[in-house]
Amino acid sequence: MTAPATKKIRVLIAKPGLDGHDRGAKVVARALRDGGCEVIYTGIRQTPEMIAEAALQEDVDVVGLSILSGAHLELFPRVVDELKKRGVDDVLLFCGGIIPEDDTAKLEALGFTAIFRPGTNTQDIVKFVYEHVSN
Amino acid sequence: MDDILERFLRGERRALARVISRVENQTPEGREYVRALFPRSGRAHTIGVTGGAGSGKSTLTGALAAEYRRRGRTVGIVAVDPSSPFTQGAILGDRIRMQDLALDEGVYVRSMASRGALGGLAPTIDDVVAVMDAFGFDYVLIETVGAGQDEVEIAGTALTTILVNNPGTGDDIQAMKAGIIEIADILVVNKADHPGADVLVSQLQALLALAPAGSRRPPILKTTAIRGEGFGALADAVAEHRAYLESSGGLAEQRAQDARHQVLSIARAILLEQIRAATPAEELEALVLRVASRELDPHSAAELLAAAVRR
Repeated sequence: MTAPATKKIRVLIAKPGLDGHDRGAKVVARALRDGGCEVIYTGIRQTPEMIAEAALQEDVDVVGLSILSGAHLELFPRVVDELKKRGVDDVLLFCGGIIPEDDTAKLEALGFTAIFRPGTNTQDIVKFVYEHVSN
Repeated sequence: MDDILERFLRGERRALARVISRVENQTPEGREYVRALFPRSGRAHTIGVTGGAGSGKSTLTGALAAEYRRRGRTVGIVAVDPSSPFTQGAILGDRIRMQDLALDEGVYVRSMASRGALGGLAPTIDDVVAVMDAFGFDYVLIETVGAGQDEVEIAGTALTTILVNNPGTGDDIQAMKAGIIEIADILVVNKADHPGADVLVSQLQALLALAPAGSRRPPILKTTAIRGEGFGALADAVAEHRAYLESSGGLAEQRAQDARHQVLSIARAILLEQIRAATPAEELEALVLRVASRELDPHSAAELLAAAVRR
């Protein structure tokens, strides 16, 4: 028939909260772009509601959250709640930024499959996304 | 079939999002959805927003949507950004300029990658617009990739096309050239707070004065999208264009022209796929190499491919 089905991995990269340090988020967005993903980048100062609504409207496969303010245990559960409230229950979640090792278990319990801290090779993030999103 | 269509018809936004993905990925379900929903489309006023990279298309699209919300209307937005020709990846960043609408239930924003399409849109744009239209939005705004001089495809997708210009981006000879400026139903000079805006407006006016007598002259409006200035007038100009289309008989003509264009382009895609299917990859590669080595000219090679389908 017409052109073959072409599934692209869609990723939302978002920064919840009030810190304005978006360098890391942009580097990750760029690496995923170069890895062949379609990356929706929403910029800084996003509320949990805005992130969940963007994930719903854009029908993404993956949501990556970046945070450097230390408010991850405050904001990430609210993002997860807002996603659930909208029935967005099948996205792959990962996060990155300044996140103490001690918080790993709590974030995993929330549903974050990976935490990428400073020094991560961006190719590892691309690999992670492709390994976890089934086409 | 699953219950997605049912949920779509109940107005569930998540179902709309899923339908768009499947249409965009050109899956068999996606085509079924288009077949089912197409008869419900044709009610929304589709508005194209085009112009150069950085001209303010996204901000203007967001501000125009906000104006429609003030008027109590609902808006679907499709914003296209370019895919990489090398990796097929894309950064879709138009939402950033539309944050004020992020939590408004009367607005739905969808980012699309161009996925190799030329002309500033995406291969499945007409289907995605029809789906949004069928969902029941009063307006569907379509923002193109940053367009230069020749990306005129939007005129075949939208009923009303807005061309966004900026002061300080070339003299009146640029505006005299053929191409994108000819498809504009409304000309906007955005960033009107920058120096040179009035000069650009008068250059555009002088240019339009050269148009053949009796042809419609697109209005020229000034906006400062970042501050939301000029949008009452812009929404009025869009309504005037719609009224003009309806009274002049242009609406039926434009719908027929758009349908012709769409059907032919889908037929072209089907034929191309049949050509690919009729010729084994090695055979195609061998043919291509004969052209590359100048042994065969490209026209004869293409004739051979087309002949393979007819056999």
